[in-house]
Amino acid sequence: MHPGHGSVSVALAGSGGAGVMTAGNMLLEAAAQAGYYSLMTRTSGPQIRGGEAAAMVRVCSFPTDAQDDRFAVLAAIDWQNIGRFAAEIPLDSSSLLIGDPAQGDPPELFLKSGARYLPLPLKALAKQIEGGWPNMVALGVLAGLMRLPAQAVERAVARSMKKGREAGINAARLGMAQAAAREDFPLPPPPPKTVRWLITGNEAAGLGALRGGVRFVAAYPITPATELLEYMAPALAKLGGTLVQAEDELASINMILGASYGGAPALTATSGPGLSLMIEALGLGVTAEIPVVVVDVMRTGPSTGIATKSEQADLNIALYGLHGDAPHVVVAPNSLADCLGATEWAVHLAESLQVPAIVLSDQYFGQARAVVDVPVFQDRVVARLTAKNGAAYKRYALTESGVSPMALPGTPGLAYTADGLEHNERGIPSSQASDHLAQMDKRARKLAQLDPGENWASQEGGCDGEGDIAVLTFGSCTGPVREGIARARADGVAARLVSLRLLSPAQPERLKQALAGVKRVLVVEQNHSGQFLRYLRGEYDLPGEVASLRRPGPLPFRPDEIYRRLLELGRK
Amino acid sequence: MNPPASAALAAKDFKSDYKPIWCPGCGDYSVLSSVTKALAALGLRPENVAVVSGIGCSSRIPAYTTCYGFHGVHGRSLAAATGLKVARPDLTVLVASGDGDGYSIGGNHFLHACRRNVDLTYIVMDNHVYGMTKGQASPTTEPDWDSKLSPGGSGVREFHPLVIALASGANFVARAFSGDPNGTAAILAEAVRHPGFSFVEVLSPCVTFRPDQRAWKERAHPAPVAPTDDPARAARRIMTDDGFNIGVLYKGNRKPYRGAVPATSTVAELGRRFELQGG
Ligand SMILES: Cc1ncc(C[n+]2csc(CCOP(=O)(O)OP(=O)(O)O)c2C)c(N)n1
Ligand code: SF4
Repeated sequence: MHPGHGSVSVALAGSGGAGVMTAGNMLLEAAAQAGYYSLMTRTSGPQIRGGEAAAMVRVCSFPTDAQDDRFAVLAAIDWQNIGRFAAEIPLDSSSLLIGDPAQGDPPELFLKSGARYLPLPLKALAKQIEGGWPNMVALGVLAGLMRLPAQAVERAVARSMKKGREAGINAARLGMAQAAAREDFPLPPPPPKTVRWLITGNEAAGLGALRGGVRFVAAYPITPATELLEYMAPALAKLGGTLVQAEDELASINMILGASYGGAPALTATSGPGLSLMIEALGLGVTAEIPVVVVDVMRTGPSTGIATKSEQADLNIALYGLHGDAPHVVVAPNSLADCLGATEWAVHLAESLQVPAIVLSDQYFGQARAVVDVPVFQDRVVARLTAKNGAAYKRYALTESGVSPMALPGTPGLAYTADGLEHNERGIPSSQASDHLAQMDKRARKLAQLDPGENWASQEGGCDGEGDIAVLTFGSCTGPVREGIARARADGVAARLVSLRLLSPAQPERLKQALAGVKRVLVVEQNHSGQFLRYLRGEYDLPGEVASLRRPGPLPFRPDEIYRRLLELGRK
Repeated sequence: MNPPASAALAAKDFKSDYKPIWCPGCGDYSVLSSVTKALAALGLRPENVAVVSGIGCSSRIPAYTTCYGFHGVHGRSLAAATGLKVARPDLTVLVASGDGDGYSIGGNHFLHACRRNVDLTYIVMDNHVYGMTKGQASPTTEPDWDSKLSPGGSGVREFHPLVIALASGANFVARAFSGDPNGTAAILAEAVRHPGFSFVEVLSPCVTFRPDQRAWKERAHPAPVAPTDDPARAARRIMTDDGFNIGVLYKGNRKPYRGAVPATSTVAELGRRFELQGG
């Protein structure tokens, strides 16, 4: 029995062409068919195509997008370069290594964890079935070890295979029979049936954008944001919208500014290197008050960094990268499913405040696929405040809310020039100190008056002042933190979770209330320098003792790390 | 202020009451007047026209018209205009730029705008100098032109925008001279009418930093040939002419950029794709 915390985690590895991703996706689908939640993350070597890869699947009785501490099983079609993934696929003495003896022994890096080795002739087994493949046998073995119902596995194979369906099913059956004869990593019973979705974070963000009303996208391909764009291109076409593949990110951001100036809610998606190129034009969006949304699917930086792996290190550039004083919105989804809600919300905020909004997703969310509860969304489109008529139109009128009606091209009598030059209320360029101050105040006021309601953060625990420890985090650290807190609570250490979704404008009053009675704060983030901690210290008054738990990408936090840290804090 | 919807508009109806910041004698005044004449001749209404620009003396043009204007960042006017036109195909979109804005910092967008062939009219006021930043060499400046930033000349050979436009796929290529506002207006009107990406290079002297360009008046002359639809032929002519051939030099018939098509689905339907079936 492996301490799976209500879940079983398995990994399937192999070199290019071994079909580990295909099998991983089928396992995810089989778990879904059997009524479980599940999560698949992936890792791969540096090759563009082919090369070693691993699919990591966690099947759970509860919704989560966190990986567990350890893997119960690592199965490999072959071991070539698989040792590279040792840090990403942690094992222990209760884990099982499965490999084809014809491919040699498992790498020492895995064996030294104390995991037991079970040789299984995957290739020879596959050969027993006409048209059978080792990855399908391995799928059956993994599903069988978890005791997933055969019917669910067969249905998953049948749904995803058009060709060779029969052989696929038979190979999986053979794998399941092999497993049944040997080991056992049974799943807890599945949770009650509910309606669920199977989706990636990138797809969720794309759908959120469409729900928010986005109908124009311009973008330049970049890992790990490309899938978001590839999802949106055909989807936009079906909705009467357009995606333009731009020549670079300088073009993308300026294209969406142009489209939005024309009245179309517009978005681009990119990663750190692309966001860096967009910064100047984001300032134009702030000054000319043109709503746009930029989804940054963060990867390991700086520079080209590790293009395929996750990190939360673009917080600084998203918050502070713009020159001048440039108030804008920064939102971070805090679950894979929330990529939908947060992006939809970002569109609403951008449109209603007439500002650029940056969504900080990351590779972990973007490229992971999971069975999730139906994502929460607002199901309404927020219409921009537009000007329809009137004399002596002032595009940048100093209104109380700071938001002034925007005339869309085509409206007679209201023509104005949107300008990145500082301007007066009419939009005429001005170098007067008084105009600069008045317009700066106006632009700041829009954000200061924003009432985000409950959307500003996810708050969990802390009812009736329970516990004097709080964990502050954001983005993809939220899942492991939530699970770490649950385990600590079971051991008598109560802590509350505050996961910020609205990073800019900061909400000091709300955080103060959320932290009432707290004496110790743990700040969790995935970057080297503690960008989130510095941000919190700059924008908020943190109570009591503040501890930081951080490390750069790409290794995700695991619940056990949070749990142990909380027990330490609880003992103090 | 706004003329009644039915009345035919005159050039002056396209000129705003905002006084240009340009130096007296700057060629851009005439370009502005050619733009307003062309818009009047086309029978357009100011609210249905957008003038998009970057940064530079020349890029100040939008606010001097009564059209919708977009004065963006340096070098990115074509990108902004592309977004606007694709999202709002109902508008007539003019793009105004200078040789620094359009060929240097914005050079990449120039290539790709020509290739993409969105229905835009791109007007580059070429004065072979950076006017706004007070006299540095641009991509069209002669290699021996002396300036503070490149004493004794840059030593770098100039760029040939018309040929590059042809090679990149622009659908209409013309050269105009600001000293002939009526001729320029006629070329601009033709450029707007022509589908796809139309490129009009307007020689527009910077009297302040290139007083030598006052001599352009004598040098400019009508192109002795009719426009061709053969890009290779047009390129050969342009490569070998004296740089002052004025007129429409190339009119192609490439299909303009394909924009949005009518919706066939709804967001709710798209969401259902992710709902798990069975189980
Ligand atoms: C990113 C950026 N870099 C530099 C500048 C400074 N700048 C403003 S205008 C200009 C050159 C304009 O030259 P051109 O396009 O030829 O226009 P002209 O003023 O001659 O009409 C430069 C370099 C800027 N505004 N933005
Ligand atoms: S500096 Fe040159 S280009 Fe600029 S306004 Fe003066 S004359 Fe015109």
